[in-house]
Amino acid sequence: MNFPAKTKRDFKVVGTRVARPDGVDKVTGRALYGADFSVPGMLVGRILRSPHAHARIRNIDASRAEALAGVKAVVTAADFGVPEDAALRDIQDNCMAREKALYHGHAVAAVAAKDAETAKAALKLIEVDYEVLPHVTDVDAAMAADAPVVQEGRADETVPEGSGPNVTMYTEFGHGDLEAGFAKADLVLERSFKTEATHQGYIEPHACLATLTGGRGELWCTTQGQYLVRELCAGILGMEASQLRVTASEIGGGFGGKTTVFIEPVALALSRKSGRPVKIVMTRSEIFCATGPTISSSMDVKIGITRDGRITAGEATLRYQGGAFPCETVSMGAQAAFAAYDLEAVRTYGWNALTNRPKEAAYRAPGAPVSIYAVESVVDELCQEFGLDPLEIRLRNAARDGTKASYGPTFDQIGLVATLEAAKAHPHYTAPLGENQGRGLSCGFWFNFGGNTCVSLNLNNDGTVGITEGNPDIGGSRASISMMAAEELGIPYDKVRTVITDTNSLGHNDVTDGSRVTFAVGLATIEAARAAIKVMCARVAKIWGIDEEAVVWEDGHAKPSGPNAGDFDPMSIEEIAAIASETGGPIAGHHEVNAEGAGVSFGVHLADVEVDPETGATKVVRYTVFQDAGKAVHPDYVEGQMQGGSVQGIGWALNEEYIYDEDGRLQNAGFLDYRIPVASDLPMIEPVILEIPNPGHPYGVRGVGETSIVPPLAALSNAVSRAAGIRLHELPMSPPKILKAMMSKG
Amino acid sequence: MQYLKPQSIEEAADILSRNAGKARILAGGTDLLVQLKSGMIEPEMIVDIKHLDGMHDITEEDGGYRVGAAVPGIKLGQHAGVKALWPGVVEACELIGSTQIQGRCTMVGNLCNGGPAADSVPAMVAADATVRIAGPNGARDCAVFDVPTGPGKISLEPGEFVTSVFLPARPARASDAYLRFIPRTEMDIAVASAGVSLELGEDGTITAARVTLGAVGPKVMLVENAARAIIGTTLDDDAAEALAAACRDAASPIDDKRGTVEFRTQVAGVLAKRAARIAMTRAGEK
Repeated sequence: MNFPAKTKRDFKVVGTRVARPDGVDKVTGRALYGADFSVPGMLVGRILRSPHAHARIRNIDASRAEALAGVKAVVTAADFGVPEDAALRDIQDNCMAREKALYHGHAVAAVAAKDAETAKAALKLIEVDYEVLPHVTDVDAAMAADAPVVQEGRADETVPEGSGPNVTMYTEFGHGDLEAGFAKADLVLERSFKTEATHQGYIEPHACLATLTGGRGELWCTTQGQYLVRELCAGILGMEASQLRVTASEIGGGFGGKTTVFIEPVALALSRKSGRPVKIVMTRSEIFCATGPTISSSMDVKIGITRDGRITAGEATLRYQGGAFPCETVSMGAQAAFAAYDLEAVRTYGWNALTNRPKEAAYRAPGAPVSIYAVESVVDELCQEFGLDPLEIRLRNAARDGTKASYGPTFDQIGLVATLEAAKAHPHYTAPLGENQGRGLSCGFWFNFGGNTCVSLNLNNDGTVGITEGNPDIGGSRASISMMAAEELGIPYDKVRTVITDTNSLGHNDVTDGSRVTFAVGLATIEAARAAIKVMCARVAKIWGIDEEAVVWEDGHAKPSGPNAGDFDPMSIEEIAAIASETGGPIAGHHEVNAEGAGVSFGVHLADVEVDPETGATKVVRYTVFQDAGKAVHPDYVEGQMQGGSVQGIGWALNEEYIYDEDGRLQNAGFLDYRIPVASDLPMIEPVILEIPNPGHPYGVRGVGETSIVPPLAALSNAVSRAAGIRLHELPMSPPKILKAMMSKG
Repeated sequence: MQYLKPQSIEEAADILSRNAGKARILAGGTDLLVQLKSGMIEPEMIVDIKHLDGMHDITEEDGGYRVGAAVPGIKLGQHAGVKALWPGVVEACELIGSTQIQGRCTMVGNLCNGGPAADSVPAMVAADATVRIAGPNGARDCAVFDVPTGPGKISLEPGEFVTSVFLPARPARASDAYLRFIPRTEMDIAVASAGVSLELGEDGTITAARVTLGAVGPKVMLVENAARAIIGTTLDDDAAEALAAACRDAASPIDDKRGTVEFRTQVAGVLAKRAARIAMTRAGEK
């Protein structure tokens, strides 16, 4: 393997498994989450939600609620303005319905009262006059010309004339001559798929505490991005950013679902109206009904292959729904669908349609799991038709360095082939299978992201280091950031402490998403450390009376070099810090960047399942994840991401789904009937980390948070197909569906 | 909302009869607290019975066992005597909730909640268990089968409450088993379930049997045709298949978020067959 010289270094801290700084507080219950903050005089906020999937709000009479003793404020859409920006307006309308309730659970009013009992009683006194309208929750039904219209006039300029009234966007990616490609194939398979919406399933509910008096606001909340919360809330409430300070609590899971606002603007509006601090904590049922699950889909995939296993062309049409507001997730699905393949002819088409469902929020590699599921299922079926080894076929057609990706760019230094080779060499691939068992394989891909990042690194007087950054830590990033600072400064890990700060203490940081934090915040931290090193070397040069260039930094010490080598005793970081006030004042480094060069990440999953022939129940008996991490800064957390994403994908494949009744009401708004896997459902998931350095990062880091949720869907479907002798083209593959398919096959 | 802690069974019955429809009973509370929290119920008073005499006791009686209304799953599972006599009832009770819930949940609560998918109920009915009911007119006994009448509904009169379950004595070569289907391995509600209790003769053929189904009708089902199908057999494949067919015939489930009619019907037969084989093996090992 050809590693670029700059990433070929011997790491001392990076790559070790140090203790995470937040671990003890979290396991002992001391950590403060969104719902754990209280202040004197605080009111309890509660939200009234639509019992209908689609209804015009003719009138809201809150007078009886307002008259109830202990009620301090009631707000409805009338208490908000109408933002000009369409995206912001959608977010606001999702937080509080204006004119129409667009889905079951859509907020229509909110109350702030002295206690929870009073707030609950007040909600019952609010009279909403609804005109119930026809609704649609299925994506195919929503695409139809005669579908109930969720919102008028939301098609953007990409939508061809004659499309159904709920279609909001159309997109297309690809290259080459499809017709010629399919003509070269010995077999062309075309299959249609459907997948249900799934929820991120974070354990911590959305919660916030808001104060907005005299035009100044303080907001404490659980979020993946305090700066985005500030931007959205300030926009909705008509405030300047400087007047709203947002502090992110510890976060109990997000997976993309906490990258927008649901209750925060409502709490601020209630506080503005009541003059008191207002706390809102969502119930689990509210979370399922009214936060953002991912998309559901309907897809057609067509792939051609030669008898010896060369894929000649691939085509996919994706139809996604992301709820009652325009959603562009299908664009990412369309770009990712064929990313693992080096194809001469490839085309993907993506459509989005509005439905009477909650507004989609990001969920780990948004859009990619389902489109890649469809492609990887058809590739597997082609392998079965021709009796080809599914791993060899992936290797034969794999995207490599220099491949023109199906979505446009040319790949540079990617790890797919190495990942496939690792899977092929692993004992799992050739291990014998038992009765009713089958093995499935799937590739996965995610783009990864860099983005806007600010980091401040301050040298304390005792030579320890404080890092201030602005991205909530959802995957152990405080440890990783401290490790990279320690590595660069040449000091022990425990001499560095990283804190996540509020919006008014550091410049803008993009949300914790896109697997960006270890990459982008890490990169900015390394640069901030280098800036601090430069200052320290300059101070020491002044003390020694030599040129700045003649001082080098090694192992936490400034040392004379070149012609001055050996002239002075090295000065440690502690010594430099101790006399900083005499050499020019406090020492710090900082870095601000819109980071580019987040390398893409590929993964390969191997799944063994056993299907009960009499009940259709699927048990995962062995599972191995191979993924390119670029450089695993903290291997425990990289493995945790690989395992966690796999589990979420396994849940998506087997049992998780949004179930609506014929009135469009969500039937399973709780963890009892929204079936995420429990620990006893799973074998130990074995992670195999590959390190193909990302040239865009000083240490070669690639994001690892998202790719792992992509392959399980097809890996399980392919395994079930081989274990049970039936192929489903629908997720989840719940036992009733599998049993039905097995029984009709006989 | 008032919390009341009566000092005797009579006082509890008195409070309950004077407040019919307004009071709820607290023993383990694992259903009650969930219903309160989710707003499903808004009772005016909670009557705590778990400290009353005998509520936590498991006592031998006529070769069987009387299990108090507040005996939690974990305690039942640790009782060697009950486990040996009625392993199917114990394994059914142990399926309720998680490890934490097991520290509180009770068979009586599971029964009186009236859920068609309650795990311990088909096992208790297969065991031909009875409950002792306290009320304003004194105590009476009633077959477990006659307690539930439909989803969320039970046959108890206002002021009545169950104080214990009685699991009867049985011959030496006899045993039982309970199985449920859930899509996960725990923390779920039965999509279909089956309980089988059987007795073996000297020659190893089945001399008596009770076969029950859960979650495939508005209340627990006692499938006499299924029992008949295996009595006088050694549970050979034909007998097992006849039992499964009788269970499929008897099942009258609904389509809902947890499963389809077709699936529940099919799986009820499969579970009954598998439970019968387990009970057979257990009885044979005695």
